[in-house]
Amino acid sequence: MTKQLWKGNEAVAEAAIRAGCEAYFGYPITPQTELLEYMSWRMPQVGRVFLQAESEVGAINMVYGAACAGRRVMSSSSSPGVSLMMEGLSYIAASDVPAVLVNVMRGGPGLGNIHPAQSDYFQAVKFGGHGDYHPIVLAPASVQEAIELTALSFDLAEKYRHVVIEVLDGSIGQMMEPAEMPEMQPVRLERPAWALTGATERPKNVISSIRIDSEGLEAHNLHLQDKLAHIRGCEVRYKEYWLDDADLVLVAYGTAGRIALSAIRQARAEGLRVGLLRPVTLYPFPTERLARLAKQAQAFLVVEMSAGQMLEDVRLAVEGRAPVRFYGRMGGAVPMPDEIFEVVRGLCYALRPPKPSGNGHHPARRPQPEDPGPQGAD
Amino acid sequence: MTDMQETVVFQRPETLEDTYTNYCPGCTHGTIHRLIAEVIDELGIRERTIGVAPVGCSVFIYNYQNVDFAVAAHGRAPAMATGIKRVQPDKVVFTYQGDGDLAAIGTNEILHAASRGENITVIFVNNATYGMTGGQMAPTTLPGQKTTSSPSGRDVEIQGWPMRVAELLAPLPGVSYSVRRSIHDPRHINNAKKAIRTAFRAQLDGMGLALVEILSACPTNWHLTPVAALEWLAKHMLPYYPVGDYKISEGLQ
Amino acid sequence: MAKGRITIDPERCKGCEICTTVCVQQIIHLGDQFNRRGYRAAVVVDPEGKCTGCALCALSCPDTAITVYRQERLREPRLEKMAVVLA
Repeated sequence: MTKQLWKGNEAVAEAAIRAGCEAYFGYPITPQTELLEYMSWRMPQVGRVFLQAESEVGAINMVYGAACAGRRVMSSSSSPGVSLMMEGLSYIAASDVPAVLVNVMRGGPGLGNIHPAQSDYFQAVKFGGHGDYHPIVLAPASVQEAIELTALSFDLAEKYRHVVIEVLDGSIGQMMEPAEMPEMQPVRLERPAWALTGATERPKNVISSIRIDSEGLEAHNLHLQDKLAHIRGCEVRYKEYWLDDADLVLVAYGTAGRIALSAIRQARAEGLRVGLLRPVTLYPFPTERLARLAKQAQAFLVVEMSAGQMLEDVRLAVEGRAPVRFYGRMGGAVPMPDEIFEVVRGLCYALRPPKPSGNGHHPARRPQPEDPGPQGAD
Repeated sequence: MTDMQETVVFQRPETLEDTYTNYCPGCTHGTIHRLIAEVIDELGIRERTIGVAPVGCSVFIYNYQNVDFAVAAHGRAPAMATGIKRVQPDKVVFTYQGDGDLAAIGTNEILHAASRGENITVIFVNNATYGMTGGQMAPTTLPGQKTTSSPSGRDVEIQGWPMRVAELLAPLPGVSYSVRRSIHDPRHINNAKKAIRTAFRAQLDGMGLALVEILSACPTNWHLTPVAALEWLAKHMLPYYPVGDYKISEGLQ
Repeated sequence: MAKGRITIDPERCKGCEICTTVCVQQIIHLGDQFNRRGYRAAVVVDPEGKCTGCALCALSCPDTAITVYRQERLREPRLEKMAVVLA
């Protein structure tokens, strides 16, 4: 397959279709709307269901319905719209039916603005809906990765009959990048046994999230917690750069992760031993990897386009074994690489003067190491 | 000697489960459930029917109808039914909703499902109160009617006027059938059943949204005996909510 | 006059009394037995066989607790007449 120039929002839409998405229900809201617009002509073109709902409340409940019918289904929105979807997501969560939501995050709170932001981390990861639950949350940092994570979203949703939220910040949705689109997967025709397809030659199916007795609801919650434990055990994904000898570890995802990487290259060029851990799954969070890094790193710097939300999960993982600093921009403002570089340099020198490295070279003049490229658990 | 043969002339419809219902004595949800089950039996559609339950006393309808069922969030049944129907248009999809569910929190969902001409059947049970939560004022609570949240009687100056849903939806082009019926006596029960059958037939003929509003009794929250509740319905609800046909597409005559 | 008979499932009945008010023959009323759920189930007392099997009670029962039977005269099987024609 050759690379084509794709706008993030449209790439995610096409990726969903190629992953066998059978129905899309959405509502216009910047910076996500091109995804809906793309679906509005492409889904009918491939003979699948597209419907613009009366509101995000309507849209997520249409998703719930189609999911109950055992179909691959998704919706997409942006921050304020996702807030409206939280009730529906909680019902979907409680019903063990798979569903995918894409949140192209924007400046908040309130009407906020349409600039890119990452201030919905808590809403997605800690779950803005009621009840004990965590959706699986995936965070791409490029259009290519957004394509790949969209397909993965559907697979994980079905594997665990779970809610999967793919969080792009506005810039990934709006920018264009060369990317490769996977092959078109055939739409699956057989339906799961639990699906509401009409009780033909089988007992009726009921999909409900009510369990009126506390024993029943507690048992169901234990099941959900077991599922989450299993997800935490085997679905963690992240990318790491220059961590082998890093004294200072940056932790950042999505666009912030990408910008942090530019800052790190600058720092490495100046011989600063800095690396990046870029979570790809925000839930399940790479807690163990961070705990291991806490033994080696002298400090962590979390970079987010928010007031610091993932920051708390990093602190939980590091458990005080090393200081965890934070640098963030809010309101849709996007940090520039040199801003981060200044903070990194300041931290490196503040932590301790750079040790003369083994071969006597003064770190500032050390030859620039080869960029090892992303490694990490896939 | 002509021998006599005893036949059964009335029995529980096949689609109606044997489960004992959670409804109060005299609650006519049960009557409406039976009419739906009878219609499903007569149309022979049990195996391809999917119901969407509301939040309210009738949330447990899925225990009482032997068809696939989903339980929607409060007021969202029309949206959920849209999702279920659009991905499998050959199935028969109906929502069963109370007045708080459809005419308060869910007004936007029913209005747009109707406006889209969603091919679903809506059974809308109007008992002028929020039953499950203990009798609060509903959008259909009558002027002057005392409830636990309009203790001195609904004051239209403050809480506005009750909503007439069947008339409200009738003018929408997407609506093929919008009528009001009642179940307060046998004749009305029979007419309600005919309307429910027509509403399901409208869906089978792909004519757009079909809604049957059915006036229903809530003895417990009206603080009346079941028999007195039916009389109260006839005396107080019928004048404000006239039984009648507010839209019948020609194809359905 | 058509002859009919009904049975009321005592455990399903909630003693709402609606059937007692619609029965034209006035042969249904609350019994004095309590069912498992504490309701006084309705009973039919029809020594003179007034029930016509009209089913108004069953129609009105919110819990579909009533089954209705009707005695119908077996009509002559029309087969013999057919046989005459063919012969």
